[in-house]
Amino acid sequence: MSDNILLQLNNISVVYSDVIQVLKGVSLSVPKGQIVSILGSNGAGKTTTLKAVSGLLKTENGSVTDGSIQFNGMNIENLPPESITRLGIFQVLEGRQPFKYLTIEENLRVGTATRWGKPYKKDIERIYNYFPALVQRRKTLAGYCSGGELQMLVMGRALMAHPALLLLDEPSLGLAPLVVIEIFKIIKRINEDQGTTIMLVEQNANMALQIAHYGYVMENGKVVMEGTAPELKDNPDIKEFYLGVGATGNVRSYRDVKSYKRRKRWL
Amino acid sequence: MVFFFQLLVNGISIGFLYGLAAMGFVMIFKSSSVLNFAHGELLAFGAFIFLTLVTWAHLPIIAAFVVALAGSFVFGFVIERLFLRPLIGEPLIYVIMLTVGIAAIFKGAMLLLWGGNLYIYPDFLPLAIGIKWGVVNIAPVYVVSTTVGLVFLVLFGLFFKFSSQGIYMRSVADNQQAALSLGVHVRRVFALSWAIAAMVAAMSGIVLGIINGINVHDLSSIGLKVFPVVILGGLDSIGGAIIGGLIIGLLETFTGGYISPSLRDVVPYMVLVGILLVRPYGLFGLVEIERV
Repeated sequence: MSDNILLQLNNISVVYSDVIQVLKGVSLSVPKGQIVSILGSNGAGKTTTLKAVSGLLKTENGSVTDGSIQFNGMNIENLPPESITRLGIFQVLEGRQPFKYLTIEENLRVGTATRWGKPYKKDIERIYNYFPALVQRRKTLAGYCSGGELQMLVMGRALMAHPALLLLDEPSLGLAPLVVIEIFKIIKRINEDQGTTIMLVEQNANMALQIAHYGYVMENGKVVMEGTAPELKDNPDIKEFYLGVGATGNVRSYRDVKSYKRRKRWL
Repeated sequence: MVFFFQLLVNGISIGFLYGLAAMGFVMIFKSSSVLNFAHGELLAFGAFIFLTLVTWAHLPIIAAFVVALAGSFVFGFVIERLFLRPLIGEPLIYVIMLTVGIAAIFKGAMLLLWGGNLYIYPDFLPLAIGIKWGVVNIAPVYVVSTTVGLVFLVLFGLFFKFSSQGIYMRSVADNQQAALSLGVHVRRVFALSWAIAAMVAAMSGIVLGIINGINVHDLSSIGLKVFPVVILGGLDSIGGAIIGGLIIGLLETFTGGYISPSLRDVVPYMVLVGILLVRPYGLFGLVEIERV
């Protein structure tokens, strides 16, 4: 592979509690400075893939049993999250997970944990610049903020750490369509301004493919399809199963009974 | 009336000490959900270290105080490293049983080293710092214990509110997975909370020792008294621990003064039962923020 690859997953398997196999040989690569999106239905193994990279699998009694994960050419599979975050990999967890009893600003300060002792005032200003909605809530307990504000908060919190690779797990979960559009605009801006490499797991394939450079589709713990974002957008199967339009471009109807059989071929 | 004020002042200063002891207990619980049954032994350990430094090594009082606190801080760190860390990730009940074991070992060790006698510190507090206010007379010991209690309270308040380490500690208590994802060194936070808890416990042990004299059994039984205090204040509230401490301290001294000295150790537990029936999450337990 070229020098441009920041993160490389080689045929990894992940097993929870020594018995439940979730990933069955996943390989993918994330080039430096790009947004790579992972699509797929529930239970396909998208979140597990992210957790294998960030090391958070450990807290759930999971481990990478096979294959390797290379970050900048260094093997990082099964390292503890304390070490992985110090390499610059930060995961923004699904379902937001703010520190409910800390204020917005205190939440942001937790993002300085890997840079303890370094000045952080400028970083906080930078985050407020990306997410102006947070400024007037800075003294509010995070538990009392809205879903959109919290999504901005947890992304900002991770940005405080100056990530080299940002893992975003379903940033659109449970948000109003307009807020989703705003969040995705900001993700794109972060990628462009800071050059932050982003791995984006999404159910909202339409939004994800608008900002991603490259995409992978996962089903049942395997990668079943990959391609550049425009390629995927034009693929008839993707259109039908993930973008909600029929292969011909019309909105799907119950008359297309064969779609179930075609989908089954994938799994 | 004079008697009432006297009791009030004594109650408040003892209450502060209970509150501080409970604060260390709450810190450990908040960060790692472990109930520390060895807390009373930490108190006694601090008091005996101080005693040894003062009577045997003849250190000046202030120096002995600082060294005893620093020693307890390190001691807390070591306990976490040796006993608690290998059990991270194991079911909590094992960890809690472990603290019961630690308590037994420490108590035995202290009995071996210092015996079960009652020791009294040499009288070192100058009488001048006692306060005579009309008919009310506040003994130097109580002035000192209230002052030290207040100073520590404010210091810890500031530490948790403003310092980065304090905020990391609170973040671990709040959402451990999220704290890990941001690179907070969770094991280090556990170690730090044990160290701070041991230090604060030592402080209350030393001052309680000045008031009541020091004895392994008496001081380690305060570890049990921490339970009504924290249940009253709410297991997860540091401010609640202080208020709980004040309430228990006042109840004890008033019961001892007006009803019967033999009842004073029972009343806190009667209150405990009452509180558990009415407000099982304590007076200041966190009200769960439900909206997400």
